[in-house]
Amino acid sequence: MAIVAQSSKTRRIRRATLAWIVGLLFFYPIFWLVLTSFKTDADAVKPEHLLFFTPTLENYLNMTENYDYWRFATNSIITSVFATIFALAVGIPCAYAMAFNPSRATKDVLMWMLSTKMLPAAAVLYPMTFLTKSLGLFDTHFMIIVVLMLINLPIVIWMLFTYFKEIPKEIIEAGQMDGVNTWGEIKEILIPLAWGGIASTALLCFIFCWNEAYWTVRLTTTDAATLSKLIEGNRAPEGLFFGRLSAVSAAAVGPIVVLGWFCQKQLVQGLTFGAVK
Amino acid sequence: MSLKSALFGATALSVLATGSFAAELTIAIVNNGHMINMQKVAKAYTDETGVKLNWVSLEEGVLREQVTSDTATGGGQYDIINIGMQEAPIWGAAGWIEPLEFGADYDADDILPAIRAGLSHEGTMYAAPFYGESSMVMYRKDLMDAAGASIADNDSWDNIKAAAAAVHDPDNGVYGACLRGKPGWGDNMAFITTMVNSFGGAWFDADFKPTIDSDEWRAAINFYVDLLGNYGPPGSEGNSFNEILALYNEGKCGMWIDATIAASFLEVDGVAYAQSPNAGNPVGANWLWAWAMAVPAGSPNAEESKKFIEWATSKDYVQAVANHPEFGWGSVPTGQRASTYMFDEFKSVAGFAEAEMAAINSAAPQATDLKPYVGVQFAAIPEFPEVGSAVAQEMAAALSGAKSVDDALAASQAAAAAIMKEAGY
Repeated sequence: MAIVAQSSKTRRIRRATLAWIVGLLFFYPIFWLVLTSFKTDADAVKPEHLLFFTPTLENYLNMTENYDYWRFATNSIITSVFATIFALAVGIPCAYAMAFNPSRATKDVLMWMLSTKMLPAAAVLYPMTFLTKSLGLFDTHFMIIVVLMLINLPIVIWMLFTYFKEIPKEIIEAGQMDGVNTWGEIKEILIPLAWGGIASTALLCFIFCWNEAYWTVRLTTTDAATLSKLIEGNRAPEGLFFGRLSAVSAAAVGPIVVLGWFCQKQLVQGLTFGAVK
Repeated sequence: MSLKSALFGATALSVLATGSFAAELTIAIVNNGHMINMQKVAKAYTDETGVKLNWVSLEEGVLREQVTSDTATGGGQYDIINIGMQEAPIWGAAGWIEPLEFGADYDADDILPAIRAGLSHEGTMYAAPFYGESSMVMYRKDLMDAAGASIADNDSWDNIKAAAAAVHDPDNGVYGACLRGKPGWGDNMAFITTMVNSFGGAWFDADFKPTIDSDEWRAAINFYVDLLGNYGPPGSEGNSFNEILALYNEGKCGMWIDATIAASFLEVDGVAYAQSPNAGNPVGANWLWAWAMAVPAGSPNAEESKKFIEWATSKDYVQAVANHPEFGWGSVPTGQRASTYMFDEFKSVAGFAEAEMAAINSAAPQATDLKPYVGVQFAAIPEFPEVGSAVAQEMAAALSGAKSVDDALAASQAAAAAIMKEAGY
């Protein structure tokens, strides 16, 4: 018995060590980013100053004074929040219909939705640019919200569909027997029952919207430009401005890292499509 | 919140955010040290004129993409745009950007002649330079002296290779020559084109048929692959300006042939400068580039934009940077105006000034019998970025050893020929 217990303890220690190594490996880029953001551009590229240096807030002051960080951050919040709300507003009824009233085409429709994610974004860059310009929607919050909502809609519907499938159909049917209409079924029965799944989906959708960098860089100028554009604008082909770039990047990923930290459980549930309870 | 009110809220925010007022200019800029400084210095311009300036800083590739689509469609997304020498004459000829004519105080003749010519079409300037550069050799004289080697102005490529071999000491982390290898028409091809020029080669013949399978190209690329393969740092096919700058400042490069602007970023001791080497043909051995400000033809604020450009590229601006409490003479725009190089204050902080000016003045962008197009390290034709990018991939493949030089040249020739044929040449 003692040997079995010891072997089990050794296994646990090994697993814990491995988990720590993997965790530190994944955390290192964030650690490096934050550390570099407190270095001058000159110190940032010197290996001897990797860990030991005189910290400075110069990069953060520069970011707020010269790059109007708060305008970009506000735009990121507005576009990500509304895109997530609209994606859920469309996705919940859609997933409800497919989960509780499936037809022979439901699987094909789901696959078709997912296939839209396979289209390289660059293939439709120019049509999108011309379209948004001709409609007068270039560099508007509305356009970015619509684009973010549409590119995340397939994944939102897929996730919600998976969660809704776990709810016994009988519960919905019981509601129907009691005379509840479709909107009532969604509002009074489905949403309260699938609240955890919906929250996970919303969280993931928000993160994807926040991190989106292809369209938010290309379909904006100043008014609707998000933090992705701020980061993009700090890349320099001639000059090593790593301190500056790190400060901008840290300030851009910071809010989402904090959000993810507080919602770890929901996030893991969302990423595993509900497989981990 | 109901769906209706959420939609209303988003629309209202969008409307509020897109509101604008008269004296406001939106400027698309490349993220370059001089442009970053300009954002601070230009606060004085706003204070004096009341013109609000919105700076949109973009990575070079994204800037080109956005500015090209905006200008080509007359979108009016930007009032002022940063463009380079490749675009300025083409866009000027196409009527996509406004001609720039300034008052006598501006002293357009003070702009370095090669730079001004490269930003003009049929004698009319279409973009005003805020910074210009050529290329030169930046070598570690201390290492060369210790190894008994030397590098002269306009040296031969053979001597460059001998000097690289002399200081090459990979066991101690020193590589003889650091050169661009990362694929891109503005990356590895900028350097490779000057090298091919110096071997007597060119991109196209008089009928604009690609000549990449010529003996001159073959000799140049074999030399490039041999030099960098034997005396360059490992993974050179991933190195461009920034990567090599980092290596150089870590003391890992015996020499570096690249943009003159690099000299202002070098932090190691014992650096000396020399004019670019050649293999018998000095014409086109050193490149010429400028980032400049232009006004898209669709801009509703064209006059106000021109006034700002006149100020931002003037002698007064150079003084404003020199006198700015955060900057000084070490930060003034270089490669732009001859008068800047006459200030002792500038020369005392810029040890590279003389070599840089000599390189810019000797650059030869004009079309010749050998090279029937304008441009040194590029051809000022709309198709060049596509041709250059395709060939850049092949050159990187040759450098990494994924392809032989002959195969890479053959594939380059085929790709370039197909692009040019499709374009109607």
